[in-house]
Parts: sequence; C-alpha cells; structure tokens
Amino acid sequence: MTFRIGPRTSQIIAYILLLVMTSITVIVLFFIIVYIFNHGIGQLSLEFLTDRTREMGKEGGIFPSIIGTLLVTMFAIAVATPLGVGSAVYLVEYTRGGLIRRIISFGADCLAGVPSIIFGLFGFIFFVIKLNLGWSIISGGLTLAVMILPTVIRTAEEAIKAVPHTYREISYSLGGGKLDTIVKVVLPTSLPGILTGIILGIGRAVGETAAVIFTAGSALGIPTSLFSSTRTLAVHFYILAREGISMPKAYGTATVLIIIILAVNFIAYRLMHRFIARYY
Amino acid sequence: MKDKIAENILLLIAFSAILSLLLITFFIFQQGIPLIFKTGLHNFFSISWSPTKGGFGILSMIIGSLMVTAGALVVGIPFGLACAVFLAEFSSPTIQKTLKPIIELLAGIPSVVYGFIGIVILVPFIRETFGGPGFSVLAASIILGIMILPTIVSISYDSLLAVPNTYREGSYALGATKWQTVRMLLLHAARSGIVAGIILGMGRAIGETMAVIMIAGNALKIPGSLLDSVRTLTSTIALELGYAAGDHRAALFACGSILFIIIIILNIVAIRVTGRK
Amino acid sequence: MIKVAIQNLNLFYDTVQALKNISLDIQNNEIFGVIGPANSGKSSLLRAINRLYEIDYARMTGRILLDGEDIFNLPVNDLRRRVGLIFATPVVLPGSVYKNISYGPKLHNTFKKNELDERVSTALHAANLWDEVKDRLWDSASTLSGGQQQRLCIARTLAMDPEVIMMDEPCSGLDPVSTTKIEATMLELKKQYTFILVTNNTKQAARIADRTAFFLSGELIEVDISKTIFTSPRDQRTDDYIRGRFG
Repeated sequence: MTFRIGPRTSQIIAYILLLVMTSITVIVLFFIIVYIFNHGIGQLSLEFLTDRTREMGKEGGIFPSIIGTLLVTMFAIAVATPLGVGSAVYLVEYTRGGLIRRIISFGADCLAGVPSIIFGLFGFIFFVIKLNLGWSIISGGLTLAVMILPTVIRTAEEAIKAVPHTYREISYSLGGGKLDTIVKVVLPTSLPGILTGIILGIGRAVGETAAVIFTAGSALGIPTSLFSSTRTLAVHFYILAREGISMPKAYGTATVLIIIILAVNFIAYRLMHRFIARYY
Repeated sequence: MKDKIAENILLLIAFSAILSLLLITFFIFQQGIPLIFKTGLHNFFSISWSPTKGGFGILSMIIGSLMVTAGALVVGIPFGLACAVFLAEFSSPTIQKTLKPIIELLAGIPSVVYGFIGIVILVPFIRETFGGPGFSVLAASIILGIMILPTIVSISYDSLLAVPNTYREGSYALGATKWQTVRMLLLHAARSGIVAGIILGMGRAIGETMAVIMIAGNALKIPGSLLDSVRTLTSTIALELGYAAGDHRAALFACGSILFIIIIILNIVAIRVTGRK
Repeated sequence: MIKVAIQNLNLFYDTVQALKNISLDIQNNEIFGVIGPANSGKSSLLRAINRLYEIDYARMTGRILLDGEDIFNLPVNDLRRRVGLIFATPVVLPGSVYKNISYGPKLHNTFKKNELDERVSTALHAANLWDEVKDRLWDSASTLSGGQQQRLCIARTLAMDPEVIMMDEPCSGLDPVSTTKIEATMLELKKQYTFILVTNNTKQAARIADRTAFFLSGELIEVDISKTIFTSPRDQRTDDYIRGRFG
C-alpha cells in the first residue's frame, strides 16, 4: 500500500514550493543588481563618466565608451524605427491574413530568435567586409538595427492593433484617406506603445556585446566620424572583466550599464501601462 | 494616388525583416557551407579542432553546446514553470503586476553582466565547494538557466492566463483544489504555450555567447563531468573570429551555419507549436 | 428633387449577403427614416452610400447616385465629405474638442487660423453645443457627457460642410433629454441638409422622419410617408414590427 497525501496537504506543499522557487528567482535578480551596485557605486564620479580611458581601462574613465554607445544605439534606432513602424503599419493596416502577412510575420519571429553571435558574424561579413564599412559606428549600428527590428515591429504591431477600429471609421467617414487616417489618427494614438518598443530596442542595443564587438570594433578613442571604430560600454566592460584589467573599473562600468538598463525598462514599463490603461 | 505610393513604400519596408533574415542566411551559409564539404562531413563532425593546421572538427563544441543547453533547461524549466504557475494561479493581481515586470527585467540585464556575476561569485563558489577549476559545465548551466527564465516565465504565464476561466470554475465545482486544477487541467490546457516557451528558451541558451565564454573555461575537449571546462560553438566563434583568416574564418562561419540551422529549426517548431499565424 | 438614388444595390460580407436588391430614392431636404430589427441591413445601407463598406472588404453590386452622379465616379474622400456619417456610439478622437471638430476640414483644405475658428464655432452652434463647450474648446473631448459627445460628433460632421448626413441609431445610448435635443437639432438642420436616420426606435422615426423605409433580413419591405407607414402599412410584416410583435 502506498502512502497517499490528501488534496489539502498537497495543495499546501505545492503552494509553499512554488512560493519558495518564485522567491529564489526574484532574490537572484535583486542579488545580481545589488551586488554590482554595492561594488560599483563607489567608482562612480564625474571624472569616471567624463574622463578618457587610459592604460587600456586600468586608469581614467569611460567617456569614449559612453559616446560610442550613444552613437551606435542612436544609429541603430534611426534605422530600425522607420523600418519597424512601417512594417507594423503595413501588417495591420494593409494586410488581412494572407500569404504576405504570414511571410512577414514569419520573418520577424525567426529574426527575433536569432542569437546575437549570428548577427555579429553577419554584420562582420556583410557590413564590415563586403560593404567595406570597416569596424565602425555605421557597421555596428546597422547590425544592431537588424537585431532590434523584430522587437520594434512586434511592439508597434500590438500598439497599432489596439487602436479602436471606430477611430479609423470616423476618420474615413469624415473623408480621410488611408494615409491621413494612419498619420493623423492611428500613429498618434498608438505612439506610447510604439515608443515602448523603441525603448526596449534601445535597452537591447545598449546591453549587446557579441553583435557589436565584431562590427563596431573595440577602439578606445573618441570617435571622430560615423566611420570610426568605437567601443561600447558593454564591450568595454567585457574586456575589462575577461582580461582582468581592472575589477573596480569593471564594477563601475557594470553599474553604469545596469542603471541605463533599469531606467530604460522603467520608462518602457510606464509608457506601456499608460497605453494599456487607455486602450485595452 | 498618394495612398497608392504610400502603400507601395510600406510594402517594401515591410519586407525588411524577411529580407534581413534571407541576407543573414545567405552570407552565413555562403561563407561556411563550402568549407564543410571541403573538409568532408566525416572530418567536420570529428573532435580534432586545430584550425591553424587544417583540422576543422567541431564535435566537441557541438557536445559542449548541447551539454550547457541541457543543463540550462534543467535549471530553467522547474524555476520558470514554478514562477509562471505561481504568478498566474496563486497570486493576487497586485503581486502579478509587481512580479511580472521584475522577472522580465532579468531579460534586460546584459549577458556580459551575467557572465561577470559568474566569474566573481559562481565560479569561485564551485571551485571551493566541489573542486575543479570552477569554470565549468555546471557554472555555465546555472547562469544560462537564470538567463532563459524570463522567456519561459513570460510565455508560460501568458498561455496559462489564456486558459478560459470556465475551465477553472468547472474544476472547482467538482471539488478540486487549486493545485489539482493546475496539475491536472491548466498545465495540460496551456501545454502548447509552455512547450513553445521552453523551445525558445532552449534557443536562447544554445545561442548565448558572452556569458558562456566568461564562465565555461573554453577547454577544447569533451567534458567528462559537470565540473569540467567546456567550449561551445558560440564561444569558439567569438574567441577566434578576431584573428581568424582564410579557411579558419570559413570554419567559424561553418560553426555559425550549424548553430543557425539549429536555431531556425527550434524557431519553426516553436512557431508551429503555438500555431501563431 | 432626388438627392440619393439607390438602384439594385446588393452588398456582400464574404458569403453573407447583407443587402438584397435594394432600390430607393431619397429626396433633398427630407429626413428619411430607416427602421428594422437587428441585422436587417440598415447600417449596411449607410456604409454602402459613403463606401465605408470598402474598409471592411465587403463587395457591392448595383448603383448609387449622388445628385445624379455615380458615387464610384467621385473621389472617395470627396464622397465621404459630402455624405457624413454619425455612429451609434459617439466616438471622440483623442484630443481636444477643437481638434475633433477641425479634423475633417483640415483633411480637405488648408485654413487660416481664424477661418478654422469660424468653422468650428459655426459647427458647434449648429449642433446646439456651443453654449455648453465654448469655454472648454481645448479640454479633452472625452470629458464631455455622452449626449454632448454625440452632438460633438454631429458638429464634427457639420464642420466638413456635408450635403447628406447619415445617422446610425444616433440616440440609442442617450437619455430622453439628450435625445430631444438631438431631434430638435435635426429638425432645424433639415432646411440645409438631407438626413438618413437609421433607428431602432420606431417612435423616433414616427416623430421626425418625413418618409420611412422598413428593412428585414437585407430586403426593403416597404417605404412610404411616415404617417402612412405607422398608421396603415401595406405589408403584414411591417405591421408586426411596428406593433412590437418581433424584432
């Protein structure tokens, strides 16, 4: 005869188990952030943020990497936003079911699952070598643009879908054309949702390493043009940590990275919720 | 007229994602596949990797990738499912609203940060507790397991929420407890989403690069135990691309091709399973 | 004078036929009532006249003439400007009262600031809303009450300078006071405009429509002077509907 646990008891055991496992997950997250901050906050100072990097990162600050991150990310967003939002508009406003829609959706879904090292390989062979753009902000930016494209498409698609159909009917019934309706009613209404996707894209671009190290390179100077090679914060942090150049500087850089990521996620979260509260 | 032009421009833009995917496929394969045939399938899937001397066997890396991925799933699936079930079925809306973004934040933390945490905490811990170098299959599995959590939690949670409430009510009406309902009914009803989440998590684990490089040790051999050092397909690419040339570079793209094929298959399976159109 | 002529109109949503061989003439400056139970094709009729059915990917056969001209020979934007449509539930676009009213005019023309102000105020006056919102033109339109929102929608349509105004159960969600206000507005405005009023409320059609048509399952059962329809209909089904025996 086997020992049987009653349904009430198993319910309690399951609840406790789930609670413990969920707590562990949350604690791990907080632990990571707190641990990095604990060791890194002390490194932060105006000099650290505005000083040039000296002796491969052993001395000085991270100013060139901040500029590099900013430029590469901005370039990526500038390319990915029109492509992503345009794709989403086309998907929602111009197709209903059908083969074209399935192909485009499939493309975005698959692209979303491609690992960053593959983007790195692709960007390296295509932008850096075949298009002869070299290790540069442009190559890095274009590679990241392709990488964040699915995020922008999917978020914008959801946001545009959430615009009530009646808004479009009103606009059409007032004699608005399709383009008028999209530009004057659909896009302004879905703007917070679209921005959420772009901001999430920024977050991914800022934290990315594998896809940029082989496309933007790891030069330490302050970039002089879009064709300059540059070292983003994430790459700089990777090199500091892996090559053991300076642990304190690594913690400092990681702290800056995490602060950016937290801020980006927070903004995206707030925007999304304002949007959801209004339209769902 | 104006509308027609706009529609055509948008159509063109809309193909950017699929076009990128095709370009990526084309260039990775064009650079990598010829070398596989040049080397011969038999040699390519052997264990001798000495790229500067013309040895392009990737077997140990494939095994390495599979081992850390399997390890990541062992860590990620139970915790991921537990979080999803706890959030969807056992917590109040307030707790859901607080915890869900917190867990999703895990996905936003850059992989280099995970790798770093691995170096400074996990690796020394493993070295002191279990012996060995610390840089190991075990370390990589744990860190990757944490990294794929958000994927599994998000997708499983959404598919649990998508189960109609009438199912729950029906089950409670028959006298089932919450846990019985979850175990016997909801997990079953939401299984396609859960499976898709796990497959996508698997894709993330097998494709992860920087975190793995930092903590797996990267030794070129098939690991004998969980505490041995291991090298994956992704880490080989990232470690050697900086200086590789000629056939060596082609061999790295060949690794990329294999990885890419695995990922695309996983993606297609996941898309199929969820039945997303 | 015939304003809108409908000839052998059929409308299909995929395989469902929403309108079956409808022929109707609507006179200038009349309020033309359309009654019938749910799914009788009343709303489809309106969506055919301003070609709004096209955004639902429906299919139409037959002809509709506006002032003797085939609506398919008119640019669709121009058609929809000339034939306004008010929906059952007032839908205000995000943004201020002023922005809502000026949306239509700005689509069709460029205006100087004062011309646009003029249009907005005229439209609001005509819709009997000016006194209530003149101090709140820049407030979000969604802060208005339901009845005010519906009159805002009427003003928004009037601001485009239409010729025909179609209303799809405009009072279905409103209280009696708001309903009276809107009916009074329509009676005033019919000197300048032609109204097509789809309504669930047979009493409303009897009160204000000059002529009324009864629709059932996509077919036009009969059309006549409202008084005749509501006192001595020719068709038994019309009689049943009006007396509330079904629908």
